[in-house]
Amino acid sequence: MAAEPAAPNGLEVDFLASSARALADPQLRRNFRRAMDGLMAKRAAVFPDPSEWTRLRALGGAIRAKNLLKLPDLLERLEKNLTKNGITVHWASTTAQANQVVLELLEARGVKALVKGKSMVSEEMGLNHFLGAHGVESLESDLGEYIIQLDGEMPSHIIMPAIHKNKDQIARTFSEKIRNAKYTEEVDELTAMARAVLRQKFFEAGAGLSGVNFAVADTGTLCLVENEGNGRMSTHVPPLHIALMGLEKVVERLDEVAPLYSLLTRSATGQAISTYLNLISGPRSGGERDGPREVHLVILDNGRSRIFQDPELRATLACIRCGACMNHCPVYTRIGGHAYEAVYPGPIGSILTPQQEGAGLWHELPHASSLCGACAEVCPVGIPIPHLLIRLRREAGHRVPGSTVLGAGSARSRLEDLAWSVWGWVLGHPAAYRLASWCATRCWRLLPSRAPVLEAWTRSRHKPRMAGASLQERLRRSGVPDA
Amino acid sequence: MPERDAILAGLRAVLPGGRPPVPDFAVVEEKRWDPGERAARLRRGMAAVKAEFIEAGPEDWPRAVAAFVLGEGLPSLLYGPDTTEGRALAAAWPALGPRLVPYDRPVETFKQELFEGIAAGFTTTLGGIAETGGLLLAPGPFEPRLLSLVPPVHIALLRADRIFDTLLQAFRELGWNKVLPANALVISGPSKTADIEQTLAYGVHGPRRLIVVLVS
Amino acid sequence: MATRAGSRPLREVYFYATCLVDLFFPDAGMAGIELLRAAGVRVIFPEGQTCCGQPAFNCGYWEQARAVARGQLALFPRDLPVVLPSGSCAGMMKVHFPELFHGQPEEARALALSGRVFELTQFLVDQLDLKLEDLGQPVRVTLHASCHAMRDQGVLDQPRALLRQLRNVELVPLARELECCGFGGVFAVRDPALSAAMAADKAEDARASGAELVLSTDGGCLMNIGGTLEKQGFGPATMHIAQFLRERTHGR
Repeated sequence: MAAEPAAPNGLEVDFLASSARALADPQLRRNFRRAMDGLMAKRAAVFPDPSEWTRLRALGGAIRAKNLLKLPDLLERLEKNLTKNGITVHWASTTAQANQVVLELLEARGVKALVKGKSMVSEEMGLNHFLGAHGVESLESDLGEYIIQLDGEMPSHIIMPAIHKNKDQIARTFSEKIRNAKYTEEVDELTAMARAVLRQKFFEAGAGLSGVNFAVADTGTLCLVENEGNGRMSTHVPPLHIALMGLEKVVERLDEVAPLYSLLTRSATGQAISTYLNLISGPRSGGERDGPREVHLVILDNGRSRIFQDPELRATLACIRCGACMNHCPVYTRIGGHAYEAVYPGPIGSILTPQQEGAGLWHELPHASSLCGACAEVCPVGIPIPHLLIRLRREAGHRVPGSTVLGAGSARSRLEDLAWSVWGWVLGHPAAYRLASWCATRCWRLLPSRAPVLEAWTRSRHKPRMAGASLQERLRRSGVPDA
Repeated sequence: MPERDAILAGLRAVLPGGRPPVPDFAVVEEKRWDPGERAARLRRGMAAVKAEFIEAGPEDWPRAVAAFVLGEGLPSLLYGPDTTEGRALAAAWPALGPRLVPYDRPVETFKQELFEGIAAGFTTTLGGIAETGGLLLAPGPFEPRLLSLVPPVHIALLRADRIFDTLLQAFRELGWNKVLPANALVISGPSKTADIEQTLAYGVHGPRRLIVVLVS
Repeated sequence: MATRAGSRPLREVYFYATCLVDLFFPDAGMAGIELLRAAGVRVIFPEGQTCCGQPAFNCGYWEQARAVARGQLALFPRDLPVVLPSGSCAGMMKVHFPELFHGQPEEARALALSGRVFELTQFLVDQLDLKLEDLGQPVRVTLHASCHAMRDQGVLDQPRALLRQLRNVELVPLARELECCGFGGVFAVRDPALSAAMAADKAEDARASGAELVLSTDGGCLMNIGGTLEKQGFGPATMHIAQFLRERTHGR
């Protein structure tokens, strides 16, 4: 096997090891079990009517699919209308370029401190680290992101980044890392501490950064969904607002946002509506007394246009980042987000990351699934995640003619090729199968539990018992029903 | 711009085939309630997320707002003076008691006071949403964006006959499908988070309290 | 005894064993055939059955999966229902054969087959409206809903409906019954720690249900849950639902 591949953030990718560590951590397992059970129950409570769910999800899927088919035209229209509204549009093919755009915007205006609303795209970019290396403070203002930033961690969930942490862990972090903070586990007191620190930052910051939940092409509008108010603070208080967006987030019309928004809030946290839906169509304009003087949007590609090439895998781009897939995933529930060692964990991460960073490099993620289908069942835009996992398993190990997948075929295993060829030959020839099953049913007891492959099974299970004779053999002996 | 052209060219390298699906909005458009029901639904939805309600008539709401501010011991109320409602509020404001502060100049001139010295902010709204609860606002020159965000208490005026069935209907009837103000907003309650052990906490960064003055 | 509702002309079906039932649960296969026959159905068991190809398909080895599935496609030339004692293999034929053969010469045949594939309990309830009479002693059972049976094949209520007809059978719920048991085919040996963690939770839930017996429509799930319970040394026994239904309505 090739040397351990390295992930772009410098870590080595070894999912089996990282998931084993997570499985052995009882607190992590308890935390995630409790949190995921809660999120699943909340979601179920706001989709009580199966017929409404089916129709709403069909609508969401159709909106996303329709918009993806027109993606380049919509991006151009979005750019035109944003520009007309006074919002400057930048395009970045890579995360390095996107980081450079942000840095140049900040340096040109002498900004030394940036306050951030939540943006998963900024995690793709490793923006905080990049800016820090260039002397610009980038402070998270979403409470969950703020907590993990204090601890120097990555988010473990795309909606609730600190979901892996207990109150006492957060209390300890705050008392150690926030100036003059006392130790308290009272949620209201912890929240008040964070509020006070961040209020000052909103006040002082030279720039605010946000993500974009949906961008409307027809009206040139950036839509931001949030509960805390830090998004509005970041985008309205500082004189400069920079928004980061993956290029797949554009929709054609504002009224398409309404059902997508409802699907998003209900699927993500079981809320009928978020606290705030913030629609930005320009900087401070025409007599306004507040709002940013400048608004910039950075449109990031980072592998998305490549994903777009494959008609089936393109469905990956329909994602509205609700997190329902990971909330319902029995694997994610047991290992949490960090074990994936990727920016996007869980089922969506397992199809997105290999396509963005290399199907061979990340081949373990699509295999980290029993294909149970719980994710696809709750995906509000109908992404067929299990099928895409199978596609990516195939792409990792095969050079499929016409494939556009990054790193296709680079995790080929000769041993596995051989195993499946033998399997295919035996099962493709009924006489060979009959012979093999006769032998197996007579000799299976001789096979030691420690034999390769079987050993993985018998670590935690009794060795499977074969029958004395296969069903076919019995039927042949007693007379197969006439055909 | 080379990046832009490269990205668009990359997206155009394949021409997606097939007929685009036609989204069917019926599941949302069907959601209708009687005018009488809409206010009740909105109240239920918003009360569930800790919004508070005061009922008032079309003539006495300014007095109701003043009484609330006084009764809660709030020392100041920020408002937009150049609206009809702002003028009505100012006209009914008691001479003694809480300060009525006009937001009539650029934020840069009084940012410190806004952040530290203002107890509550008053705005009008364009309407509400019956399906889920929620208020529609269009901040602008007359009612700036931070008015409903920075002060720890937000008092919002909602006319009961301006409640839409759904957000979709609101978007369409307000004409936002075609043109939007630089900032438009839906607010459903006080600011909140569940990031600490999924326990709800209010007043994180936005207002801690949202008071809806329901006028009918 | 099983009876058929109403009077209909004699039905014929193909019965496809599936490799797990063929090798590990042949009694369940026999029971499935006997249940169908007792309901007045003529069961045709074609020669040359091997495997539906799902393991190779799931691992991305589609050429090998096609080679195997192609041969199996040819076993059902007549336009008759194909009944399988496995929700996941039925799902493979129904949902994934059309995917596997997309753009291939066999595509039309795969699509045609897809419309007439049934998991056993699904066929017994939805197609035969089977009525069952319980001849057994009181017993408490629980049902594990196999993921592929549920999500690919749409099987959830049918096994329950059959069990509810048996008056001496108490069906108790299984906590987190819609959550995967961790089998996933090759997943169980490829990600053994994850699979074992899921199986251990399922075994714990099985014990907590108070059931004496855990039933399933799918052999893979049974091997996984049963094998785990057996290794742990305490907890309910496991059985394929076909075998259970046959024993309850016919005696051994």
